[in-house]
Parts: sequence; C-alpha cells; structure tokens
Amino acid sequence: MEEVDVEPTTTPIPGFDSNQKHLGFVWGPGDILVYETIYKASGGSAGGCPFVHEVRKDEDIYSPILRKLFNESHHIFVGLQRIREDLPSKNKKPQFVSISKNYRSVIRACMEELQQVAVSTQDAALATQYGNQVSILLAVELIWNLCEVLFIDAAPAGSLVLHLLDWVRLHKADVDEKAREVLASESPAEHQAYWDVVISYVLQGRMDEARQVLVKQAALQPAARVMFKLLDNLLMKMPIFNPGETQTLTEFDVKWRHWREEVDHCLQDQSFASNRHLEDICKILVGDEDVLLEYKELLSTWYHFLVTRLLFSHPTVKPTELHYYAQSSMHMFLDTRSVPEPLDSILLAAFEFDIHQVIKDCSIALNNWWFVGHLTDLLDHCKLLQSHNLHFGSNLREFLLLEYASGLFTHHSLWQLAVDYFDHCPEFGRVYLELQIERVPLDTERKALKVIRICEQRQMTEQVRSICKIMAKKALRNNRLGSALSWSIRAKDAAFATLISERFLQDYCAKGTFSDLDLIDNLGPAMLLSDRLTFLGKYREFHRLYGEKRFSDAAKLLLSLMTAKIAPHSFWMTLLTDALPLLEQKEVIFSADQTHELMFCLEELTSGKSVPTPDRPMQVLGYTPPYPLSNVCFPFNLLIHCFIICSNLYSCLARG
Amino acid sequence: MFVARSIAADHKDLIHDVSYDFHGRRMATCSSDQSVKVWDKSESGEWHCTASWKTHSGSVWRVTWAHPEFGQVLASCSFDRTAAVWEEIVGESNDKQRGQSHWIKRTTLVDSRTSVTDVKFAPKHMGLMLTTCSADGVVRVYEAPDVMNLSQWSLQHEISCKLNCSCISWNPSSSRAHPPMIAVGSDDSNVMYGGKVQIYEYNENTRSTLMTVTDAVHDIAFSPNLGRSFHVLAIATKDVRIFKLVPLRKESSSTGPTKFEVQIVAQFDNHNSQVWRVSWNITSTLLASSGDDGCVRLWKANYMDNWKCTGILKGDGSPVNGSSGQPGAMNTMVGSTAAPSAGWPDADPPSLVYIQYYTHPSTVHQHSVYIQYYTI
Repeated sequence: MEEVDVEPTTTPIPGFDSNQKHLGFVWGPGDILVYETIYKASGGSAGGCPFVHEVRKDEDIYSPILRKLFNESHHIFVGLQRIREDLPSKNKKPQFVSISKNYRSVIRACMEELQQVAVSTQDAALATQYGNQVSILLAVELIWNLCEVLFIDAAPAGSLVLHLLDWVRLHKADVDEKAREVLASESPAEHQAYWDVVISYVLQGRMDEARQVLVKQAALQPAARVMFKLLDNLLMKMPIFNPGETQTLTEFDVKWRHWREEVDHCLQDQSFASNRHLEDICKILVGDEDVLLEYKELLSTWYHFLVTRLLFSHPTVKPTELHYYAQSSMHMFLDTRSVPEPLDSILLAAFEFDIHQVIKDCSIALNNWWFVGHLTDLLDHCKLLQSHNLHFGSNLREFLLLEYASGLFTHHSLWQLAVDYFDHCPEFGRVYLELQIERVPLDTERKALKVIRICEQRQMTEQVRSICKIMAKKALRNNRLGSALSWSIRAKDAAFATLISERFLQDYCAKGTFSDLDLIDNLGPAMLLSDRLTFLGKYREFHRLYGEKRFSDAAKLLLSLMTAKIAPHSFWMTLLTDALPLLEQKEVIFSADQTHELMFCLEELTSGKSVPTPDRPMQVLGYTPPYPLSNVCFPFNLLIHCFIICSNLYSCLARG
Repeated sequence: MFVARSIAADHKDLIHDVSYDFHGRRMATCSSDQSVKVWDKSESGEWHCTASWKTHSGSVWRVTWAHPEFGQVLASCSFDRTAAVWEEIVGESNDKQRGQSHWIKRTTLVDSRTSVTDVKFAPKHMGLMLTTCSADGVVRVYEAPDVMNLSQWSLQHEISCKLNCSCISWNPSSSRAHPPMIAVGSDDSNVMYGGKVQIYEYNENTRSTLMTVTDAVHDIAFSPNLGRSFHVLAIATKDVRIFKLVPLRKESSSTGPTKFEVQIVAQFDNHNSQVWRVSWNITSTLLASSGDDGCVRLWKANYMDNWKCTGILKGDGSPVNGSSGQPGAMNTMVGSTAAPSAGWPDADPPSLVYIQYYTHPSTVHQHSVYIQYYTI
C-alpha cells in the first residue's frame, strides 16, 4: 500500500524538459496523449519535436488474472442489486453476509492465482508486479473481512471476539505451516520452532491444537508431568462463548471469571516457575500485556495483539468499546518512532466504526476503485451509510461505482460489465452510459450489433440511430451498398436511404442487375422510409413479376409506378422502355385504358421541357429494339416505336 | 499513471495540436511544418501514420475530427488565414496495401483576413456545422447543407467579437431546454477591454460576456452536460477556472436571452503563470490543463463537487534530444500506480470561492455576479 498522501502523483515524461517548453495534451478513451509544444505566439522556432507519449491511467484492468476478479465480482454485484428492497432487514442480513463472503472468496481465489504466477514466472519485474498485486489483495481482503465482521455481520458482544479470532486466524495462517513442519520432524519437541508453535496457537485461542502439541513435550519430560497436566487442564477448561447455546453472556462471564481466578492462582503458587515457557503461557492466559508484547514477533501485528488481548482480558467486549482497545493496542504495539502505515489507519478507523473514514482512506491508498466501489455498495445496501451520515449515503456509492465503471469502459472487453454498474446508478448512470457507449469502437458489425442491443434494451434511441448511421456511412465508404442500406433503414435515416437507393438504381442502369436482392426483396414496410427506397423496392418487384412471367401484374405495377408518381421523372424513360417488351407480347397485357395511361405518361415525358437522356446505355428486359436506338434522338425513336406498337395493338383490338 | 508508449511523430517543426477521433482509434497531429498527419491504432495498440500531407501554407494551429456520422472528416485552421475541411476517401488498392489512406481537400474557408486561431465542429445534433474564430475577432459559423457533399459550405453567421479571438467551444448538450451555445475566448491581454469570454446563444443571436474574466483567455471548454440544468465551463487564463452557469428562469413575458447566474466553482494557480489549454474527459469527471510550468495537471471533483489536483504530468528533465533512440526504448513502465487520490470523498469544507448564492429573482442585481447582454 502506498503512503496516504494528499499530494497528487507526478508522472515523469521522458525526454522532455518542463522548464523550456509546454506540454500539450489530448484526452483519449483510456489515456492521455502528451507532446511538447510552445503555446506562446512568440515562442520561437523549436525544430522537430520527436514524440507523442501515450500516458495510461490504470494498469490493473490489463492484468488477465485481475480480469477474473472484475468478471466474477460483477456477478455478485448484479445479484446483490436484485435483493428485494422490501424484505425486512433482519431477513436480509444473512444474505448480505454471504454476499460479502462471496466477494472475499473471489479476492482469495485471485490472490492465490497471482501468487502461483508470481512464483513460477522467470521475469523478475513481472514477479515483483504480481507480488505487489498479491499484497494489495491481501490488504483488501483483510480490510473487507474486518468490515464484514464489524459492519455487515455486526456481531454482538461475545460473538464479536470469536469473529475477530477467526479473522486473525485467517490472516495469520503461517502458524499451521510451521506446525506441520515441526510435527513432521523426527523429534518435534526438540524442534527449534516448537515453542513458537505452541505459543502461537495459544495466542490465537486454538487451545486444542496447543494441547496436542504440548503432549509431545510432556512425554519427553516425565518429571514435569504434573505441571504439564495442570496447564493442559487449564487450557482445556478455558470457557469459550457459544452463541448457539442457551447460555447468556452473563453466565459465560461468571464462568470465565472463575476460570481466570484459577489460572491466577496457579501463577501465584508459582506452579510453572520451573518452566519459563509454561509460565509464559499461563501469563498469556491471564492477558499479561508485558508477556504478550514479548511475543511481538509471533503476533506480528498490532491487531493480532488486540484480538489476543481481548480474548484473554475482555472476552465480552462490546462493539462500542472496541475503539478504545484498538487505539491502545496500536500504541502499545507500534514503536513510538514508527508512523502507522495506511493499512493501520484504515483498520483503526474500522475498529472505530468510522465507515466513512475507511472508505476515504482506502480510496487514497489503493490504486483501484474496485474495492471501495463494491464495499461501499454493499454497505449502502445494508443501510449503513445512511445511518452513519445522511449526507453521504447513496451519493458516495454512486460516485465510486461510476468511477469504477468508467475505468472498465476503457477496456476492449470489460466495458460490457460496466453497463450493469451504470444501470444501478440512479442519478448519473444513464448519462454516463450514453456518453461512454457511443464511443465503443465499432470494429465489426457484430460488435456494433452488440452495442445496439444494449442501447435498445435501455431505450437509448439516439445512440442507436447514431451507431446505425456511422455503420451505414462506413459501409458506403467501402462500397457495400446492401449493408449501407440496411444500416440506414435501422437508423431511419431517410436522406441516406434515398442516396443509397439512388446508388442501387445507378448500379442497375450500369450493370443491368441488382445486387443484394435478398435485402431489396424483403424490405417490407421499411420500404416506406424514403420515396426513392419505395421506388427501388417496387421496381425490383416489377422485375421479379416479369421474371415469373406474371406479365399483367408486372404491367400494372410498372404503370402505377409512373401514375402514382413513385418513380422519379429521370427514371421514366427506363420504365417506358421496360414497357416495350410487354407491349410486344403476343397476348394483350396492357388494357386499352392502361395503354392510354402509358401513352399519357410518354406524352408527359416528351412534352416536358427537358427530356432526360440517360447517360448510360439502358438495360431493357431482354428486349432488342428493331431500330438503332442509340443514334439520332433516343426518346423520339422510342416514341415512334411505341406508337407503332400501339397502333398495331389497336388494330388487333378492333379486329378482336 | 505511466508512459505506455512513445510515438515518433516525425513532424519537421513544433506540433500545435493532437486530436483523437470520436472512438479513440485514430488521431491527427498538426504542426508548424504546415502538415497534418493521421495515425491509426492497430489491434496491438501501436500507432501507424497512415497519411501525411501539406495542408496549409502556414503553421497549422488546430486539427479536429467531425463526428463519424459524417464520415472520416477533419478540419484544420492555420496562420495562413484559412480553415480547411478534409475527407478521407477509400484509396487505390496499392495505397491500402502500403497501409496509406488518401485525404482530399473538400473546401477552403477563406473568409478570414487574419490567422484562424481555432476550428470546432458543432455538436452533431445540429448537423454538419463548423465554427472558426480568428485573430481579427470574428467568429464564423459554416454549414454543409448536404452532408453528402462536403465541398459546399455556406457561411451561416459572422459574429464580430471586437477582440481578437483565441478559442471557441460549443456546449455539447443536446437538450431542448436551452438553445445551442458557443463560448468564445479572447487572448487580448488588456484588462481594460473587459470580459474575455463571450457566450452566444446560437438561435437567438444574443451574447453575454463573462465579466469576471478580464485577463487573456487561451482556451475554453464546456463540459459534457450530464443532464444537469446548469452548464460548466472551464477556462484557461492566468489560472485554471471552472464556472457554473445556472440559467435563471425567464419571466414569461420576456423574450430576451437566457440570463445566467455565474458561480466560480474552482480556481487554481498551480501552473504559476499562464494556462494554455483546458479539456474535459468524456464524462467530465476530470479536467486537464497545460500551463507555463510545462506540466499537464489533472483536476477532479469528489462527489461533493470539491475540486483537487489529482495528477501531474511533468518532463523528467532529461535533455531534449530530437534524434535520440527508438520509441521502443521508451516503452518503459515509468512511475507506478495512479492513486485515485482526490477522487476520494473529502470532508473538508469546499475551499473554493462560491460567488454569492442566488436567492430571489428580484435581488439578482445586487446579489449575484451577473452578465450583461446585448444583441449583436
């Protein structure tokens, strides 16, 4: 952990002298780019400036192991948010405790994995980095565990010391390792660490284990058998509060005082005077602080000292009295010279039940919002922040969660977790999500669809529209017309759909075939987005009908495209040319009325001031005109041709 | 924080501006060498220069990206009195093979008679609009009526600010609750000329002047709105200042411009002297500033809106050696963890100056620092 320090951190920029030049910058998604520059107008020439530096904020999210921590804690977080508000808080407490334990087991799993990697890696720098992360996680878990005992589980007097003992045992597990080593040796009782093990067990209140190890020594010293037996008896009889039983705290207290008097007696009698170790153990049992402090090394921390002290002197300590013992233990344990580490102050604040201070100090001391964000959220669910200080309540929770989630958002895959965190920040979560999600790089269509789905689920219509539009634009740039069209339909962007429909029609005129038939054939109501798109869809439908030899349907549709003014004028000539093969069919396809309308269209087109002349050769449905259409005047030729066909037609009708 | 990588920019002269695109996968640099370079980020995070071309016949002051809805579009402005709009076109296949892209000039905006000092696109909900400001004190708003045709830009507004302009910022808010806003800063150093920050409401053609800033202003930045009812404006002047603009409720009869109560939220002189740039991160949780001390400073508010410096980027003092080494050699992990120190909730009372708290509409004139309005 870092020193608690309100001074801002300074990041050195290599090869740059702040005394001579300015440092330009630009914000990136998860970084800042900086470069040397001179802002003063009279800045003088500086020559080439070699580098743009990419300064990154957070390295934790790039660690693959910590990524698991983020992923798994996300599940727990989401589960926690689902706990129903209306349950009476009594019913919720066990749930909160179990959620707290889940968080901690994720931390533990992560820590173990990091430890393994740290040991196995060849790279010294990497090993140090992992090692640092392990020690941070250790501290985090230690703090979290204490918060769980004190705030979430809120153990009452009696149980409190038991919980604290568990806490100390969990975080001072090297005793067991040492014990295994001693017991596995040829002559355990003569092992140099033998007494360390016995005393460590006693300091942690693990009397049965202490007795088992003591037996080895007793066997070796038959002369001192009585003395060993006496201590064994004292250890065995030490009353331990059992919250499950019907025994009241007062009953336990009476029992404990009796036992303690008995131990005191033995000390007065000098029963263990002949054996320093046994005498020390006996003094520990009565909570002799001087003796406890002699075993500083075995205790290793002031909070172990505190818990041991409570166990043997104040086993029925109340939560409200903790702060007094915590402070005095810390002062007694630490040298007067040494300054408490950030971890010490955080734990002390927890013992003082100053939740706000704990969160504050953790925010400063840890390089990640993961811990404070999740812990604060849990404490807020337990309604602990409100009762503590109305002003801080969910504001603080949201503030920290927003910070954490914003950090996740800069990562190429973790951003998806952040979405759920934003969802559970009632005040600013949505705005943050809107701002961040638009900026997720849309590398692939799949990713774009994923982002859109998230936005749609949250009715973020503007973001959906924008993303679709960006995708449409991108597809058009790459000449993927079909994709561009479907994105612009999704974006409901009429202008863009018109533009792309135009491109489709141009392509058709140039090549005589349509691309992306699947899409155009299945436009459905989307066709109505723009007139040009409607025309494209309908015109393609005409081609299909013609292909299926449903000539009269095709003719009807073709005509309606003109009469209903769906087709742009510039396209009428193409449509009229398309009518020619239908007119030339053996059976009559256009009725007399329809033929009239057709001719009317032709007239309208030719009587107009400007008759559009297609700049590309027209593709007519497998039709080869009998006249060379390309020379002279194309519309005029066509006109004559039509009249000939039509007059033939009329004569047929007259005869028929 | 740490320097993750260093990119050899290879400009022949001073870089004046670097700009990220909307998604943070591309950046553009511009320089006194009259060129603009475009850089693309690879999957592995490496930056590759994919285009470099001469854009102007003078120093290029600023370069900026349009929203990707309008395609891959850049605007630049220069000492040569012009601003230009550039569009990337999908290149020839051999260009692509060489990893190069092709940018063509869509338009040159030549209305200014002096150096064009800043260029900014308007928020996308307003369409494709571009604003420039110039040393002769004119702000110009251009619009491309057809977003498919970037060679046609019409000059929509020409606003004379009377003072030489150094910077502009659009309010990014798309809320319908207020008209679009542009803030313009002037780096005229004569304090007698009054307010150096002018705020325009776009539709109503009205402006107001922040009288509280009379020193030269070098940069200005509206923060993302976050759905709040007020606006936040950061200003780089002889110090870093953050203002809150709280719209006062209009009287139903009045049709004039919105009036604001102006509160100064934070003021920092840590840069010792002039501050040259201010800029917000995406969610406006952090403000960065660059100043005469040669440092970039990061500012952060805790949840009680108490602002503090949380980080400093500072040269390591090693001699500047233009030709030195590979960028790879600098891929070191300098520094260590970035404590989110100031993010942490502070219990101290705000150390910042809050201008008088506004109480009642009728007391505006006596009680709040408040801005003058006049129609242009």
